[in-house]
Amino acid sequence: MWQRTKKAVMHSYRIGVKDLIVFARDRLRLITFVIMPIFLMVMTGYVFPNQNALKNAPLGIVNLDQGPVGAQIISALNQPISGQNATLLKLTNLPSQAKAEQDIKDQIINGAIVIPAGFSAEIAAGQQAIIISITDQSNPQISLLMSEALGKLTSAISTQMATKKVETLLPGVADPSAVVEPFVVQSIGIIPGNPNYFEFMAPGVMAMVIMMAAMIGLAGSVSREKELGTLDGILSAPISRLSIIVGKSFAQVVRGLLQAALTLILAILLFGVVVHGNFGLLILLLILTVFSFIGVGVMISAIASEQETAMTIMMTVMFPMMFLSGAFFPIQQMPTALQWISKAMPLTYSVEALRKCIVLGTGISGMLTQVWVMLGFGVVFMAISIPVFGKVTTR
Amino acid sequence: MNMIEVENLTKRFGDFIAVDHVSFKVKKGEIFGLLGPNGAGKSTTIRMLCTLLRPTEGSATVAGFDIIKQPDKVREHIGLVAEKIILYDQLTAAENLTLFGRLNNLPEKEIKQGIEKWLTRLNMEQWRKSQVGTFSTGMKQRINIARALLHRPDVLVLDEPTLGLDPQTTRAIHEFILELSREEMTILLTTHDMNEADSLSNEIAIIDQAKIVASDTPRNLKRVVSNSDTAVMDIEVANLSEAMLSNLKRMEAVISAVETEPYSLRIHTRGENTAATIVGAIAAEGGQIRAINTVEPNLEDVFLHFTGREMRDRSTGKVAPSQRPLWRGRSSRVR
Repeated sequence: MWQRTKKAVMHSYRIGVKDLIVFARDRLRLITFVIMPIFLMVMTGYVFPNQNALKNAPLGIVNLDQGPVGAQIISALNQPISGQNATLLKLTNLPSQAKAEQDIKDQIINGAIVIPAGFSAEIAAGQQAIIISITDQSNPQISLLMSEALGKLTSAISTQMATKKVETLLPGVADPSAVVEPFVVQSIGIIPGNPNYFEFMAPGVMAMVIMMAAMIGLAGSVSREKELGTLDGILSAPISRLSIIVGKSFAQVVRGLLQAALTLILAILLFGVVVHGNFGLLILLLILTVFSFIGVGVMISAIASEQETAMTIMMTVMFPMMFLSGAFFPIQQMPTALQWISKAMPLTYSVEALRKCIVLGTGISGMLTQVWVMLGFGVVFMAISIPVFGKVTTR
Repeated sequence: MNMIEVENLTKRFGDFIAVDHVSFKVKKGEIFGLLGPNGAGKSTTIRMLCTLLRPTEGSATVAGFDIIKQPDKVREHIGLVAEKIILYDQLTAAENLTLFGRLNNLPEKEIKQGIEKWLTRLNMEQWRKSQVGTFSTGMKQRINIARALLHRPDVLVLDEPTLGLDPQTTRAIHEFILELSREEMTILLTTHDMNEADSLSNEIAIIDQAKIVASDTPRNLKRVVSNSDTAVMDIEVANLSEAMLSNLKRMEAVISAVETEPYSLRIHTRGENTAATIVGAIAAEGGQIRAINTVEPNLEDVFLHFTGREMRDRSTGKVAPSQRPLWRGRSSRVR
């Protein structure tokens, strides 16, 4: 018994090492191995819009007001962003609202503000005045960011004006701003510093890279050997089917972990990500992630007879996982039905756990659910896929 | 002692029958050839014997071990050279051999000695440290054979071992196979090349459409054809026409008539004294017969005899050279 186990382990090890050598000597695959995480990080880190990224957005101004308030608003809009040599909005003066609408249609400007005639006069007369903001609905992301920014600016100006008015109306008041805004919101994070979007992305990218290694890598390497015919050599040697799976998985685990480590190093060095949690726990979570996916990989490699089939199945399985797992988008913003699907996928739990560990510095006690789900997923899929693999390889 | 015993081995894929109740026996030290066209079921049979496929029906033993009940034992005792080369391009010759030696539980020392021995015998000594991906197909096949022999199997299984190889390598491999056989290695060979089957095999099973249609020594198989009432002849007609050929094909005595070269026919006939009948028919149509030779039957004729169909591979199927003149026409041969 002991002898047989020892032999089986040695066989697995030989097959794993062989897979790694074959991989390492393939220059093209080695290059993609390094480039893929960089690419994913850069892509996901930069393509998604956030407010900090909005700079010099072209905005039309139609100032029909003759009084001082209109001019005051425009100068406030022209203020540079604090600490940066750029303004949030790049203003263009336009003669009329019709011209502004035309320019939005022509994509010259992303939106426009119309300050109607008699704006200052209305305010002076104690009436509530109106500013019109025209948005470009064809570009919801930008127009959302823009109206948010505009809202902040205009409310700041109107608060300022209101405060002045309170001062003149109630000369004895100690803090006029308290009359205008009885309370304000002050937000504090639970981790020090100012986390950037990469810190949100890095755990997702790491989990994805591992998922790809475990699934694409494993199924790919099995189906490639099937196609080349070398699998017959391994299958006709006196070794157990389990040794083959374990060996092949071992190679992909090593590969996946190396790639995840590479992602982490890149995230730390290039994108300023800080790991707040325990490194040991992080590694444990990465291994657990591989484990939860290996079964699926074995399953796909067993049922797909060619590389192409394997890749097609893989894409079908992977795409929903990528987008529904919360790796890129918060799950909370999805419709309920999609949230349920998302809860059925191991990647979701892996991303959650990794994010907790990296961003929040949570210990293992704070992520027991995720750990158990990943373990369970791995065990169940292995239990299903290993007999299937054994059966399929000797039909 | 029989190293391979196959009993009613059958493999179905859904409705398709790939191998249909195939039975044969291979003695120790014998080269057994499975001859048949592509898709006849040769590879499927071999894959079952190598435990890569599970038979639907029937049974077989290899080196005394049951392929269904003792697959691991069978695997220990076979060396497989499949149609696709079982080597990793990114590994060197020695690394490939070492890997498969270890997977076959060989001690390190034996692996080293084995590599030395087989690479020397196959003339590949100087390439041991080169990556297999840089080799020509012929060189790869030599390493591939060394891989199959490294763990000293009792049975060497060769599935189309010379397919797509250059003539020199083919010859070298043929000689090597015969050498192994003299050393008491049992060899199961599949091929669709008549000459290969004829020159290597001690015994041949002709397999067609999933069934073995005949099985014997090459000599006996050919004797069946020459002893039967079928005969094979080559006739050269100086003014051969399409009409003449189609008339010949319609004759009752003619099984088949094929134009093998311009103005030259190979005719399979059935019945007594057919040469005279055919010569008479050609002459009656004004055909000028330059030469007529009877042909010693080769395996192709054997195949035709048993299946009623041609099995000619355009690239390798040359007409057999063993001809003796029976009758020579008056017009002298102009070449």
